[in-house]
Amino acid sequence: MTELFAALSLQMGYNATLVAVGAALLGAAAGVTGTFLFLRKRALVSDAISHATLPGVGIAFMVMVALGGEGRSLIGLMTGSAISAVLGLLCVGWLTRHTRLSEDASIGAVLSVFFGFGVVLLTVIQTMSAGRQAGLESFLLGATAGMLRSEAVVIALGGSLAVVLVVLLRRPMTLAAFDPEYTAGAGWPLARIDFAMMGLVTAVTVVGLKIVGLILIVALLIIPPVAARFWSARSGHVAALAGLIGGISGFVGAAISASAPSLPTGPIIVLVGSAIFVVSLLVAPERGVLATLVRRQRFHRAVHLRQGLLSLANGQPIYEPLTRRLLQREGLLRGDGVPTAAGSKAASEMGRDEQRWQILRADPALESAAAQYDGLTDVGAVLTPDQIAAIDAKLPRATPEVMP
Amino acid sequence: MSGAEFVPLSLTPLLIGSFAAMACALPGNFLVLRRQALIGDAISHVVLPGIVVAFLLTGMVATWPMMLGAGGAALIAVLLIEAVRRIGRIEPGAAMGVVFTTMFAGGVLLLELSDTSSVHLDVEHALYGNLESLIWLDAFGWHSLFEAEALRGVPPELWRMAAVLVAVIGFIALFWRALAISSFDEGFARTLGLRTGALGGALVAVSAIAAVAAFDAVGSIIVIAMFICPPAAARMMTNQLGRQVAWSMVFAVTSAVLGYVFAGYGPLWLGFDNSVSAAGMIAVVSGIILALAALFGPHRARRGAPLAG
Amino acid sequence: MTQNDIPSMAQRSDIATAALAIRGMTVSYGEKPAVFSVDLTVPRGAMMAIIGPNGAGKSTLLKAALGVVPTLSGEAYVFGKPLAQMRARIAYVPQRASVDWDFPARVIDVVAMGLYRELGLLGRMTGAHRARAAESLARVGMSDFAHRQIGQLSGGQQQRVFLARALAQEADLYLLDEPFAGVDAATEKAIIAVLQALKDQGKTVVAVHHDLATVKDYFDHVFLINKSRIAEGPVEAAFTPDNLQKAYGGRLVTAQLDPASQITPVVPPRKDLASGLAPKGSGTVGGAG
Repeated sequence: MTELFAALSLQMGYNATLVAVGAALLGAAAGVTGTFLFLRKRALVSDAISHATLPGVGIAFMVMVALGGEGRSLIGLMTGSAISAVLGLLCVGWLTRHTRLSEDASIGAVLSVFFGFGVVLLTVIQTMSAGRQAGLESFLLGATAGMLRSEAVVIALGGSLAVVLVVLLRRPMTLAAFDPEYTAGAGWPLARIDFAMMGLVTAVTVVGLKIVGLILIVALLIIPPVAARFWSARSGHVAALAGLIGGISGFVGAAISASAPSLPTGPIIVLVGSAIFVVSLLVAPERGVLATLVRRQRFHRAVHLRQGLLSLANGQPIYEPLTRRLLQREGLLRGDGVPTAAGSKAASEMGRDEQRWQILRADPALESAAAQYDGLTDVGAVLTPDQIAAIDAKLPRATPEVMP
Repeated sequence: MSGAEFVPLSLTPLLIGSFAAMACALPGNFLVLRRQALIGDAISHVVLPGIVVAFLLTGMVATWPMMLGAGGAALIAVLLIEAVRRIGRIEPGAAMGVVFTTMFAGGVLLLELSDTSSVHLDVEHALYGNLESLIWLDAFGWHSLFEAEALRGVPPELWRMAAVLVAVIGFIALFWRALAISSFDEGFARTLGLRTGALGGALVAVSAIAAVAAFDAVGSIIVIAMFICPPAAARMMTNQLGRQVAWSMVFAVTSAVLGYVFAGYGPLWLGFDNSVSAAGMIAVVSGIILALAALFGPHRARRGAPLAG
Repeated sequence: MTQNDIPSMAQRSDIATAALAIRGMTVSYGEKPAVFSVDLTVPRGAMMAIIGPNGAGKSTLLKAALGVVPTLSGEAYVFGKPLAQMRARIAYVPQRASVDWDFPARVIDVVAMGLYRELGLLGRMTGAHRARAAESLARVGMSDFAHRQIGQLSGGQQQRVFLARALAQEADLYLLDEPFAGVDAATEKAIIAVLQALKDQGKTVVAVHHDLATVKDYFDHVFLINKSRIAEGPVEAAFTPDNLQKAYGGRLVTAQLDPASQITPVVPPRKDLASGLAPKGSGTVGGAG
């Protein structure tokens, strides 16, 4: 526990601190980048990109060994992974555009085939003399334990670079994500913006390989924006919040991992983000599950009550058992189906509201108010008292009595 | 190659690989047509937490608890994806991404936290499977196929995979017409009285069963690849559903057989002396088939379909 | 009379005699009613247009009546019985845009889908079935296209195939969702001829329709809706400027009721409040119509 606290307060040594800062920056960049992907409804493209890095890692290792090196240079491996990620991305794009395959099938095909090829290469590497200690498996799930100083520096720098890119590209990407048709119509090079966005996804993926691992890096691009979406409907806020959630996940996850070196880093970072997501899903105001259930319940009640009262106002029988139960519970209807005094009053008020709507909707001058009709809203909510008085003047003299 | 060498060493892995490929590709046809291709991806990720939890509960590496655990995890994942999608109003891809990464991360962490060092249960095995090890040492040639004694030594994965394949074929055959109608026009299907929700759920459940059984035998890579690549390639060969499914079976078996052979003998032909991952190679071959279909398939492009609306 | 001894819904004479009776139907997408407390009665043998502005709930009402979308309240009765018992007598033609035309199927395969209720899961297609599918296709003038891939059809041809599928069902009540949307003039003429022939055989036809100029020519009954029912009845009685004003709001010009005019009313699209963030074109599902 004390170790975790030490890690959280950046007192675990220089390497761990660098990694934690790098993970936080990476998480922030991933959260913001992922928001744009999410808004474009292309979240799972990142899954293809991340799985497609594996053959690049393998080939880069073999090339470096063939050139006489040790093969473990992080920069070299990252370069290789970036190249094969871009190839995978191009394959997804080509399949979607030039064949009849939909994007999801293209993504699935590319991720499984590239990953399969990567696994083939890994088994080749395992048989190479230099390969046994290569530790390339750590790229699958991420590992920060025993990281070299130079690697930690690369990660911290990579995270910073990703954040800088996000800041530079945020405006065109917001446009493209929010309204692609308008963006294209206004003369923005949509294809190039998309390409830049995918480049950013690739950058985040490549930097994240060592920390989070290629299977789970996609979580860092998807979970923060989805969690953030529960708290806000404005794209700018969602992006900022996703960055924050991603940053916290990266930092806390890396810190926990530093205090428990035997655990793989990636899953911990992801689970921190997942925890934030679950909380958001449940308790966020407006869009959260609890708020939605309460609101829906209220809405159903309102519908049934209004429908029931209108039936009473028109002297029609009520068939829906739920409607009758609700009316009875409100004291508006007796057990034998006859309205109470309060029920008759409420019904005739409801009937009058409906009559007002009839007149309102027939009046061209009140068109904008009429457009707000949805069956459930009271006239009082869309008109001023003066307008209502004017309408009431047109009502038939006697409001019909409710006949029990 | 003589039967004395082929039957014990290659026959069972080839059969298991082919059965697994077919069992996944069959429901995969409908998943691809319904734009649910990535359900296969999601399922294959959540199988890991399923078997880990099953192991923690039972304390042993036994087949049936693990199959149940994996199946249960797939079911939970699908329900969670639906819940996040509907209640949170999140698009399906993102909902899927959230759920399967979370469950996979949980599975890996549980695996690392629990003491599984004594048993053969690790992430890499889950990913790659171990098709090469499913050999039939009691066989001494083709004649062993007719010897009860030898047949008892057949790896149990073969029987399991065969049973699952038969079940999958039974499901698809029974609901063929209903699946075709509800995949093409769900609204119309409902007016016929078809329970499209239940049917879609059953399709995912059958896919999960196929995935779990195949995963147990050959690892999750083949599972994802076989759900998607053979059906996708087959779609570009024909414009009729029946023929598409037939092509997908041909492609699935071709991938399994060629992949296994290339993995085992390819390196030898190239002068190396070690084989490579058969699961990975099967995925690669299915990808090559898909690439060829995408380049030369007679019905590879969308054609003459005016934009709806 | 108290509520407890009212006759059950199905016993009521207005419901028992109607081809389709919808009572108290409310449907919502999210927390906004798309259709509120609608009653609709389609007499047997009627040819009825459901009209109303965009987003008024026309298609939603049809889908809800058929159980395609879930309802908050309300029931639908077909020839006096609850919908679930009468599915065999209904044929539904969805909006063309609602399906994936890239599906691997030929025209004849789609028409044969109309035979599902007879064939069941495993029933064998007999020669008689094939003949019926071919005849349905002939009735919409698409025989030459039987073996064409559906993705290669034009919009009008797709619509005819959908109609042929409905004909193959040999139903008594035909429900069509925007059958004339985006089709060429020849197809429109062919479709209306088929529908009129159905009516002449005593079948009942209900269609969501958006072209006010042709209502009087094509239909004998009309149902006006904008979230709730505005009016219903024979065209002469219900298709009045007054009712149209109520349904469409201020923009409606009486000139548009002139059959010679092809202008349809321009109603400003309503802002979709529910999807504040989602990119364009991703608003509420199926809200149109």
